[in-house]
Amino acid sequence: MTKAFDEMTGGGSQEVRDSYRALGAWLEQAPPDLLRARSRQAELFFRRMGVTFAVHGDAESNERLIPFDVVPRIIDAAEWALLEKGLKQRVTALNAFLRDIYGPQECLRAGVVPTDLILTNPQYRPEIQGRRPPGDVWCHIAGIDLVRTGEDGFYVLEDNVRTPSGVSYMLENREMMMRLFPDLFAEYRVRPVDAYTDSLLRSLQASAPATAGADPTIVVLTPGPFNSAYYEHSFLADKLGVELIQGGDLFVNDDTVFMRTTEGPKRVDVIYRRIDDDFLDPLTFRPDSTVGVPGLMAAYHAGRVTLANAVGTGVADDKAVYTYMPEIIRFFTGEEALLKNVPTWRCREPEALKAVLGQLDQLVVKEVGGSGGYGMLVGPAATKSEIEDFRARLIADPDDFIAQPTLSLSTAPTLDGGGLAARHVDLRPFVLTSPAGTRVTPGGLTRVALKPGSLVVNSSQGGGTKDTWVLND
Amino acid sequence: MLSRTADNLYWAGRYMERADFLARILEAAIRLAALPARDEAAVTAWASAIASSGVKGAFDAAGRTPSETSVREFLAFGGDNPTSIKACITRARTNARSVRTALTVELWEAINGAWNGLNEIGEPSRRDDFVNFLDFVKSTALAVEGATSRTMLRNDAYWFLRLGMAIERADNTARLLDVKYHLLLPPGERIGGQLDYFQWETLLREVSALTAYRWVYRESVRPWLVADLLLLNRQMPRSLASCQGMIVSYLERLAADYGRRGPAQRLASARLARFNEARIEDIFQSGLHEYIQAFLNENNALGAAIHEQYLV
Repeated sequence: MTKAFDEMTGGGSQEVRDSYRALGAWLEQAPPDLLRARSRQAELFFRRMGVTFAVHGDAESNERLIPFDVVPRIIDAAEWALLEKGLKQRVTALNAFLRDIYGPQECLRAGVVPTDLILTNPQYRPEIQGRRPPGDVWCHIAGIDLVRTGEDGFYVLEDNVRTPSGVSYMLENREMMMRLFPDLFAEYRVRPVDAYTDSLLRSLQASAPATAGADPTIVVLTPGPFNSAYYEHSFLADKLGVELIQGGDLFVNDDTVFMRTTEGPKRVDVIYRRIDDDFLDPLTFRPDSTVGVPGLMAAYHAGRVTLANAVGTGVADDKAVYTYMPEIIRFFTGEEALLKNVPTWRCREPEALKAVLGQLDQLVVKEVGGSGGYGMLVGPAATKSEIEDFRARLIADPDDFIAQPTLSLSTAPTLDGGGLAARHVDLRPFVLTSPAGTRVTPGGLTRVALKPGSLVVNSSQGGGTKDTWVLND
Repeated sequence: MLSRTADNLYWAGRYMERADFLARILEAAIRLAALPARDEAAVTAWASAIASSGVKGAFDAAGRTPSETSVREFLAFGGDNPTSIKACITRARTNARSVRTALTVELWEAINGAWNGLNEIGEPSRRDDFVNFLDFVKSTALAVEGATSRTMLRNDAYWFLRLGMAIERADNTARLLDVKYHLLLPPGERIGGQLDYFQWETLLREVSALTAYRWVYRESVRPWLVADLLLLNRQMPRSLASCQGMIVSYLERLAADYGRRGPAQRLASARLARFNEARIEDIFQSGLHEYIQAFLNENNALGAAIHEQYLV
C-alpha cells in the first residue's frame, strides 16, 4: 500500500500542515512522560466515571473503556465548511428519500434506485408505507462516517441513520482535553461541541406531535444497562434533563403513551429511542421483544408520539442503498453530491461480482446489513482460507454484499507505548434535523485504529477515540 | 419520577446499608470468637453471625456448617449467597447504574468506586487482609452516606434513597438484638456472667455505640439498657425508634412533595406513635424476642406498602 495521507504532516513530506503547526511545536517540546501521564490520568477519570461500553458476546469483561488518545485531530475552518455543506446536503437528501420511499415512491418509478432493493429490503417497513411522522422528519439524528485519503479527498464511508452512537464520547473527549491541556486551548480557537445536547433538545421539542402541549415531554428509551451503548443513553438523558426509560416504564392507553411515575401516569410526547425498529413494539414487530412497549406503534400511527429516529429509516443506511447516494442526492436536491462515495461494486450486479471475485485479496467486502465492523473481509489483511470462505459466501448470496477498494485512510499522530506514531483514523460527525432545520455539530467523533497498520476503527474491534478540533477562521 | 427509578434508588439505599451491616456483623464475630472461652463459644459466634444476617436458611441449604472460614466466605463473598457483601455492593451499583441520571456525580463515584474496589481487593483469605476488607466496606458506606447527604438535592430521589436505607437499618438493628437474646450464650454460661457481658459489649461495638452507651447511661453494660439504647433511644441513630422517626419524616416529605398521603404514611405514623409510648420494662416483660419478631413483620408490611404506593 502507498503511504497514507497524514493529518499532521500531509503526504509523506515532513512539512507540518498549517492547522497543526502549534500542536506540532507543542508536541515536539512536550516531554514524552507528560503525554503518558496525561493519558493515564484520562483513563483513571473515565474509569471512575464509568464511561464504558459493553462488548457483544463478551460476558466476562462486561464493561470496557474505549481507549482515549490524548493527541487531538485538527480540521481547519475551510475544510470544515466544505464538510458541513456536504453533510447537510446528504442528510437533507436522506430525509427526502425516506419521505419518498414511504410515500409516492417517485424515485423508484424514475428508476433512481431499483425497486426490489427497497421493497424487499429487510429494513423496509411495509407497516409505515403511506404514513408520515410528525413534522415529516425521518432522520432526526444522523452519524455520517467519513474517511480521508488525501488533502482534498474526503469520502463518505457509510450513513448511520438508525440509532448512531458515539456522541457521548465526542462530548466527554472534549471535556477531558480541556481539563488536561488548557494551554493548547488558549493557543487554538477550537469551536465548541457542547451545544450538541442543547440542539438535540430543541430538535426533539420542535419535532413533537401536534397533540403535545407547549412543553412536550421528551424521554430517552434504552434497552437497558446491558446494552453496549448504555453509558451513552444515560449520559444523553442526563444532559437533556429528561427521563431515561426502559420499555417497562411505558404503557399505551387509548393510543397515548404514558410513563409510570411515583405520582401516577404521565403522558410522553417524544421518544428518542435507542432501540431498533424490530424491538419497539411486540404487537407489531418481534413478539418476543421484552424491551419494547406493546401498543407503541398504534400510538405512533395515531400521531400522538414522535419517535426519533422515525420507524423504517434503516432502509436508508443499508450498504447497498449507500451505493446509490450520488443518484439519490441528484434526484432530490438537483445538485451533485458534495461529499463523494467510496467507489463501490454492487455484488448483486453480475459484472461487478465477477470483478470482485477476481481481486478479493485487494478489496474490503461488507455485508449490506452489517455494522460494527462485524462480518466483513479486509482482503489485504485476510488469510487465504478467510478469502476462500468469503468467496463461497459471495457466490451463494451476492445480493448481500458490496465491495470497495482498500482505501488508504489518513493517519494522525497517536500516542503509542513509547511515543507518537501514525495511526489510521475516520470521523463521525453528527447531524440533527427537525422541522426547524438541519444542524451539524463542528467536529464529531474521531475513531482511531490503535494497532499499527490496522484499518479497523470500531470500538468493538479494539479501536480508540480522539478529540476532534474544528478551528475558527 | 419514574417508579422504576424510585425502586432502584430505594434498593440501592437498602443494599449499601446491608453491606455495611454485614461488615459489622463479621467484625463482631471475629471479636467474639477471640474471647477466652470454651471452644464452642467460637463456633457459636460464627453461627450467630449467620443467624443475625437472616440467611441461616440459605447457609444450611448450601450444606455448610458454621466455622470461621465458611461464615466469612459466605457472608462476604458467597457465590451462593444472594445477599453477601459482594452481592449487595454489586446490586447497589447495578441499581445506581440503571438510574445514573438520578444521582449526583459524587454519589455515583462513591458507589462505582466501591464496586471497583471490590474487584481490586478480590477475596482475601488471611485474617488481617480480611479485616482490612471489612474496613474498606465500612468506609465505603461512609463515603456513600457522605456523598448522599452533601450533594443530593432534597427531592424525591433523596427521600427514596434514604427511605431504603432507614428501613434496612431498622431491620438490621432488630435482627442484631434478637440474636443476642436468643442464640449467643452457649449452654452452661451464666446470664450476667463474663461471656454474657462481653457479648452485649460486642453488640454495642458492632453498631459503634459503646461510647454512646457510656455517655447516655453512665453505667456498666447491662442487657436492658443496651436494649433500651437500641430500641427506644431517639438519640441513637441506629435505634428502632430513630429509624422509625426517619422513615416517617422521609415518607412525609414525599407526601408533601407529591401532595398526597397514602397507606405507607399511615402505617409508619401509627408505629412511630407506639414507639413514643413504649417502655423497656414492658417490652422485657412481654418478651424481647416476640417484640422484635413483631417489629420485623411490621417492617415487611411497611416495605410492601411503600412498594405498592410508589414503586410499581
